[in-house]
Amino acid sequence: MSETRFTKDHEWIKIEGKIGTVGITQFAQSQLGDIVFVEVPAAGKAVKSGGEAAVVESVKAASEVYSPVSGTVKEGNAALPDAPETVNQDPEGAGWFFKIEMSDAKELEGLMDKAAYDKYLAELA
Amino acid sequence: MTIPTTASGNRGLQLEQGLIFEQNTPGMSGVDLPAVPKVADRLGDMKSTKNIGLPGMSEPDVVRHYTRLSQKNYSIDSGFYPLGSCTMKHNPRLNEKMARLPGFADIHPFQPVSTIQGALELIDTCAHWLKTLTGMTAVAMSPAAGAHGELCGLMCIKSAHEANGQGHRKTILVPESAHGTNPATAALCGYAVESIPANAEGRVDVAALRAHLRPEIAAVMITNPNTCGLFERDCIAIAEAVHEAGAYFYMDGANYNAIVARLRIADLGVDAMHINLHKTFSTPHGGGGPGAGPTVLSAKLAPFAPVPMVIKVGEGFDVEEHAGHGTATQSYGRMKGYHGQFGVFVRAVSYMMAMGGDGLKQASGDAVLNANYLLARLSEELTPAFEGPCMHEAVFDDRFLKGTGVTTLDIAKALIDEGVHPPTMYFPLVVHGALLMEPTETESKATLDGFIASLLHLARKAKSGTAEAEFKAAPMLSPRRRLDETKAARKPILRWLPSSDSNGTRQAAE
Amino acid sequence: MRYLPLSEPQRREMLGAIGAASVDELFRDLPKSALASAKFDLPNTASEIEVERSLSIMAAKNLNCGAAPSFLGAGNYRHHTPASMDYLIQRGEFLTAYTPYQPEISQGTLQAIFEFQTQVALITGMEIANASMYDGATACAEAVAMACRITKRTSALVSGNVHPHYRDTTETTMKFLDVAVECLAPDPAGIEDLIGRISPEHACVVVQTPGFFGHLKNYAVLAEACHKAGALLVVCVTEPVSLGAITPPGHIGADIVVGEGQSLAGPMSFGGPGVGLFATREKFLRQMPGRLCGETTDEDGRRGWVLTLSTREQHIRREKATSNICTNSGLIALAFSTHMTLLGEAGFTRLAELNHAMAVTLAEKVEKLPGVKILSSTFFNEFAVLLPKKAEGVVEALAKRRILGGVPASRFYPTYPELANVLLLTATETNTAADIDTLVGALKEVLA
Repeated sequence: MSETRFTKDHEWIKIEGKIGTVGITQFAQSQLGDIVFVEVPAAGKAVKSGGEAAVVESVKAASEVYSPVSGTVKEGNAALPDAPETVNQDPEGAGWFFKIEMSDAKELEGLMDKAAYDKYLAELA
Repeated sequence: MTIPTTASGNRGLQLEQGLIFEQNTPGMSGVDLPAVPKVADRLGDMKSTKNIGLPGMSEPDVVRHYTRLSQKNYSIDSGFYPLGSCTMKHNPRLNEKMARLPGFADIHPFQPVSTIQGALELIDTCAHWLKTLTGMTAVAMSPAAGAHGELCGLMCIKSAHEANGQGHRKTILVPESAHGTNPATAALCGYAVESIPANAEGRVDVAALRAHLRPEIAAVMITNPNTCGLFERDCIAIAEAVHEAGAYFYMDGANYNAIVARLRIADLGVDAMHINLHKTFSTPHGGGGPGAGPTVLSAKLAPFAPVPMVIKVGEGFDVEEHAGHGTATQSYGRMKGYHGQFGVFVRAVSYMMAMGGDGLKQASGDAVLNANYLLARLSEELTPAFEGPCMHEAVFDDRFLKGTGVTTLDIAKALIDEGVHPPTMYFPLVVHGALLMEPTETESKATLDGFIASLLHLARKAKSGTAEAEFKAAPMLSPRRRLDETKAARKPILRWLPSSDSNGTRQAAE
Repeated sequence: MRYLPLSEPQRREMLGAIGAASVDELFRDLPKSALASAKFDLPNTASEIEVERSLSIMAAKNLNCGAAPSFLGAGNYRHHTPASMDYLIQRGEFLTAYTPYQPEISQGTLQAIFEFQTQVALITGMEIANASMYDGATACAEAVAMACRITKRTSALVSGNVHPHYRDTTETTMKFLDVAVECLAPDPAGIEDLIGRISPEHACVVVQTPGFFGHLKNYAVLAEACHKAGALLVVCVTEPVSLGAITPPGHIGADIVVGEGQSLAGPMSFGGPGVGLFATREKFLRQMPGRLCGETTDEDGRRGWVLTLSTREQHIRREKATSNICTNSGLIALAFSTHMTLLGEAGFTRLAELNHAMAVTLAEKVEKLPGVKILSSTFFNEFAVLLPKKAEGVVEALAKRRILGGVPASRFYPTYPELANVLLLTATETNTAADIDTLVGALKEVLA
């Protein structure tokens, strides 16, 4: 049983037990345009909720990807650095950035569900 | 009409030119040198044993190579270059001639001081003009460019705070409309950066600024005229508030050309400001440099200025080259080799002398007049971002393109086909889809009218709703069409390599 | 005023279109108090002939190196400038263009940068190079900052053979970033022990080749020691002509090579503007400061060039940029590149050989003078000599005879009495055998 939550910085986290998979949303990739560079965290890296965990760059913009939750990185998506276009093509699937073992499941309560995130996007437009 | 395909790939005067590495004739050289005397070498075990891999070419082929490359460039010499914030004014050739006088060009930075009195006088002359024009106490001449001058100013500020027991001040306030160099410089000087918002008029919000001022604030960096081309009307109030809070007022002089010889920035309460000699004082941009960024300083900051410093001794000159010595006891140190961008100083002095105080005032007047003329005439079809009058540059947003499918970028690229260098695009960031135009004072009314006609034509065409595809395809007539920047960034090729298929062999032009 | 094209009637017509009564009205946002107090005691507009006259008088107060036998170096070298090089860089399309932000109409500058990056990478023996920094000294400071970012360490070790201006610039820049720069004492004898001083806290070790006092040292073992300690080796080159004769730093394990390109890029011009060279390994690309030009294709599939990887730079990354540099040394880089292209492999290596041969010729004569000792057992075109007298006085005495006879070490190290008698002497292809005889004859008299 999995569920997906969203942040105001346009990250998503898909939760399966204690493990969350993190990426950027369809909206975020469309705002960035063609992604040319991705840096993913190494396994074992400790990150805090809202802390910088990865980097994503287009030709004219650079953004940090913030971790939606605190925990320890289990795996960075090794395929991305060589194929950053994957984030454009499939941001909420094969374009995931890292998997994290969450240290505090309560942090998820502060995140938006799909409906709330869609509403948030509608307000931005 | 379609452009015909040629066997050579050339298109009339647009000549294709391969890399020098693809024109290699091994052993060839474009320089003949005298015979090498026979000696027993003293290179020890560092004597090179391998080839370097540089190509060989004859002098005529080299001259042709660079001449053809030059023909692929747009330049001020060839046309209108209204690149906002960059001040692309005419570069007088007199400046070049003066910089090449052997007494200026062929002198060494470490000659005995008695043999370089004229060089020190030249630096002192440049300093004198800058101090007189700004009313400031001192000027640090060594910064190499605008960003380097910003660094000089912040280093003086940090040194002053530390000397006054104010080392706890760790944050610099920067408006969100600032050039990227401001926050980057603050970080390079070990400071944190806090952004202050602009008001709807495109100016610094004084109330918001006051709210940010606290004991941790070391300085405020404000570009004035600002990046929206507007004068910060409240700058004296800003300076007072900043000083009241124990901080310093750094004015970014990137746009100083708009106000030169009209007011003295000392009278605005400024503590430090860099001056881009390659903007205000007409020294050439050279495809990206060199520039020079002398930084004028208030009495409070002057003691901390970097070395070297030219000093007047009786009728002659000397130079203090060591921080902590002589006249530089409190100097924070050295930030560049030798005596600064001397060759740029010569060019700037040549320009200052030619213009005179009266000519400089006329120049800032004409620069502002030209910009306001663009603002007024282009408002017929374009949407100005702010109410005028503007200073030396006019900024438009992209409301006039709403619903057309045409973007600011497309307009810029279409201007290339019109034979004009596009204005600065998408800067300042606070203006949506910004087009920032700086005509400068060295453009004639006829040139401005031609540009206005082109841009109005493009705006109408965009609004017609029928030309989106044509805009997306522009430019069609330049040496290259739109280049794939995504490809360049994803798999960077930053040098020629002999074996790589993509660039190792001479490509047949298509 | 000849640089201002508007006529008075045109100004009035334009004001009419704007709806303003006068130009002064356009300046109404300027504070009235500041406008009122603005007085400028400056001369008025001058004709071309008047400006030329004033500046020629000033220039004539200098003793230019072409008018006297000159043997000056210490980071700034006099070389012959091919006439076609100076002509080419003065073509308006290069001289009066801005940074190539619109690639479709800047392919000339961009291709020249791409060729420059390649030339710098080749002569330094490195994988990649950027489009230039301000000068060698600032490039050195940037290299140390970059090493700190890569290693996440906050101290650096600087050899006593590094140019004192490079050392000072680095020390000044780094102190504002709370990076400790440990500088070894000046080392004219070339005997310092760097390896023994490396600690696990050092982000990098900075050396120079040829050294400030002329020595050519093989830093391969030092490079290994650095890498073992997790530090980078930064190598400075103040005389790039040397790279035509000696093993490039990249081949002995350097991680970052910085240098000053002035010696190949035209006149000395009292030390500026120069051009900072900056080369490194591809794996450090993302931490590199400065502009980069890369290859791509246009919409018609034709090869072309663009500025790339700009997300490292201040205009995008702002306070997180790798440097605050914007304007660099574009035109001087073009001059450097044009000269290198004219020379080619054969010319560049021959120029280096000629420089070395002239310096050896000078050394052979100088070392025969009584009481004079050459301190640099190996050197390229510059070496340090120990004189029986204070070098500063000797240089002054030579200047009185219209000979620019070297640079005294005391100019850089006024507080080191042991360096008072050390003189740096340089010979290049611009010196003749007669120049050398003139200097040696005069030295003999001055030292007697």
